[in-house]
Amino acid sequence: MSHPGTLVWFARHESRLAWRDWLAMMTAGGRWRTRSVAIICLIVLVSMHLLALSVVGRYADISEPDKATLVTITGCVLMSWSLMVSQALEAVTRAFYTRADLDLILSSPVAARRIFSVRMATMALSITGMAVLLAAPAVNVLALRGGSHWLAAYGAVVGLGTSAAAVALALAVAMFRMIGPKRTRLIAQIVAAVIGAAFVIGVQIAAILSADTRLTSTLVSRYALLSSDAVLAVAPDLDSVVWWPARAILGDSGALAIVLAAGLVVLIAAIVLFARNFAEHVILATGAAQAAPQRARAARTFRQMPPKRMLRRKEWLLLRRDPWLISQTLMQLLYLAPPALLLWRGFGNRSEAATLIVPVLVMAAGQLAGGLAWLAISGEDAPDLIATAPVKASRIVQAKVEAVLGAIMLAFSPFVLALALVSTWPAFVAALGVLIAAAAATTIQLWFRARPDEATSGAGRPPRASPPSRKRSPRSPGRRRPRSRPRAACSRSFPARSGSSF
Amino acid sequence: MISPAPVIEPALAIRGLVKCFNRPAVDGLELTVRRGEFYTLLGPNGAGKTTTLRMVAGLLRPDAGTILIHGIDALADPVAAKSCVAWISDEPMIYDKLTPLEYLEFVAGLWGIEASVAQARAQELIGWLGLGAHATQYCEGLSKGTRQKVALAGALVHDPSLIILDEPLTGLDAGSARQVKGVLRERVAQGGTVIMTTHILEVAERMADRIGVIAAGRLIAQGTLAELRDQAGRGATSLEDTFLALVAEQAAAA
Repeated sequence: MSHPGTLVWFARHESRLAWRDWLAMMTAGGRWRTRSVAIICLIVLVSMHLLALSVVGRYADISEPDKATLVTITGCVLMSWSLMVSQALEAVTRAFYTRADLDLILSSPVAARRIFSVRMATMALSITGMAVLLAAPAVNVLALRGGSHWLAAYGAVVGLGTSAAAVALALAVAMFRMIGPKRTRLIAQIVAAVIGAAFVIGVQIAAILSADTRLTSTLVSRYALLSSDAVLAVAPDLDSVVWWPARAILGDSGALAIVLAAGLVVLIAAIVLFARNFAEHVILATGAAQAAPQRARAARTFRQMPPKRMLRRKEWLLLRRDPWLISQTLMQLLYLAPPALLLWRGFGNRSEAATLIVPVLVMAAGQLAGGLAWLAISGEDAPDLIATAPVKASRIVQAKVEAVLGAIMLAFSPFVLALALVSTWPAFVAALGVLIAAAAATTIQLWFRARPDEATSGAGRPPRASPPSRKRSPRSPGRRRPRSRPRAACSRSFPARSGSSF
Repeated sequence: MISPAPVIEPALAIRGLVKCFNRPAVDGLELTVRRGEFYTLLGPNGAGKTTTLRMVAGLLRPDAGTILIHGIDALADPVAAKSCVAWISDEPMIYDKLTPLEYLEFVAGLWGIEASVAQARAQELIGWLGLGAHATQYCEGLSKGTRQKVALAGALVHDPSLIILDEPLTGLDAGSARQVKGVLRERVAQGGTVIMTTHILEVAERMADRIGVIAAGRLIAQGTLAELRDQAGRGATSLEDTFLALVAEQAAAA
């Protein structure tokens, strides 16, 4: 039994909230979905193990690694670590700006340092937990086929996760001090996205540039680049500390102990160092949010248009005015840099270029559509207004879906047109794929939006603590919401699924 | 031969309304609000006031019962019913990245109001509610009272004949509250109908033509203040005494 106000008590509180948030997000507030979600999770878990078996199964017998193996594993570690830092940076930024329970915490007689220490630790735990979960299929497959020494990889992942959380904490606090609370929010989101993408994109671009004008899938593979002669020539010797994370993954107990201990020590140091000032930063961030700049806009004549078109226009206007979204869109386009470069360099070899470009375009379209659909469908800022308007709910959904698909078309048509100049068939396939990916991402959002009756409690009033809004998105810090949150997904309310709310 | 007098449908007629969550929130509610009436719903916390009004506004689906808005069955033809209703909650959500004028244009578009009419009405409302200084700024920086006024302007821009408000005066300063009350009185004087929930008994006492008291999801009393006093009996003089006596009576009966 933990006593109120102690670290253990806070930890219990935080983990309970995190669990309920996660469950609500997965089930969109519907209790009946818990079983479905469990079945889906099980299917995903099995599929991931099968996928891991086909991808990494053949490496299970590695015992004494050569330099090429160490470089490749280290490259993969760097890529995963950069993604962890990116995720952690976003989580830390969210902690600065999401109001949720901060008023309660800051006004309570408990030392803010204590609760923020727990919050930081919870965040590190969640980042590490997610990394362990993602690594599990590969580690399990390798352990089953190559021996139990591969289980050491779990320890290495924990070390990497905790160090990533520590680095993200340091980065966020440094940004806060250097550029102030107003700019930190947006810049941190952009930095998080750039960190997450930089390594993957950088390696891909390097691979393309190093491939001269010959475009073969082998040459543009990032793994091929990592084991190329040029990289091996500049790589440190086999006994270098650079390889410790890789050696830890391969089961070297000494390296594992060092990686694990280093990660934990760095995290504890970051928490001890930054938790003290965290409350101060949160207060400053609140002040910055409340002092939003008052920007006057020119008044103009009202336009006459049917409700559906008015809804589409509203969605586009709000999407255009959302700085987070613009930064995310630019990031999506950044992912298109490698294939664009490939297109530019490989103009002569049409089929090879298209083989790479089309999937990238489709993938990027799906990602972007997912974000946009989340904002338009689940992130409606004024659900009551929309639900009480004399417009059929199906038309409202149609308008929102059209708004998302329209934005996707606008973003991707230049790429498809450029592709069409090279070859028409891949351009057609790309256009079709982009459309299907966008439609699929939008459908997922429609599935996960909460129903009003499910989202309301016995009081008949939707929860206020986490009102839905585009103020917070799946990957962005919340401003007020909840969306805030999160984004307690169960708190989102939206017009009923068919016909009307009635 | 004398033709029969036209039947004037009430602004709102609720019959046998039921809504259950884990327990009955609204339990066979019967309620009639006449046209041109200022009707206030009172009740203790959790009595079912908000749930009732959210069902009338189309935000919740009832488990049973009927809702007629100006004679239109709101469950059978929600779009027609919604076209003459405006809903404002105690914490209205408006778009942070739209200006009040853009918000009003959007609302007018949803209700299918002609642009020129909507613009004239919007300008009038902006002036009436003292929103001129904020009309072209994003809503994100507006105070709660100002946001509430923007929401009220949005509710009025399509000229609804029935306005439903859930605690509209919560958190407003005295000046803003007076402005909102003035606007609502004006609407009723022009023939509109206002249904409002409030915990501020003084507001109900001074503004309402009739007051309904809900407890445990049922209408336990309704009428003018004098009629309610009679029902409460035992020398209840103020609305507060009357309200507390009625609720206590109902609780004892349950």
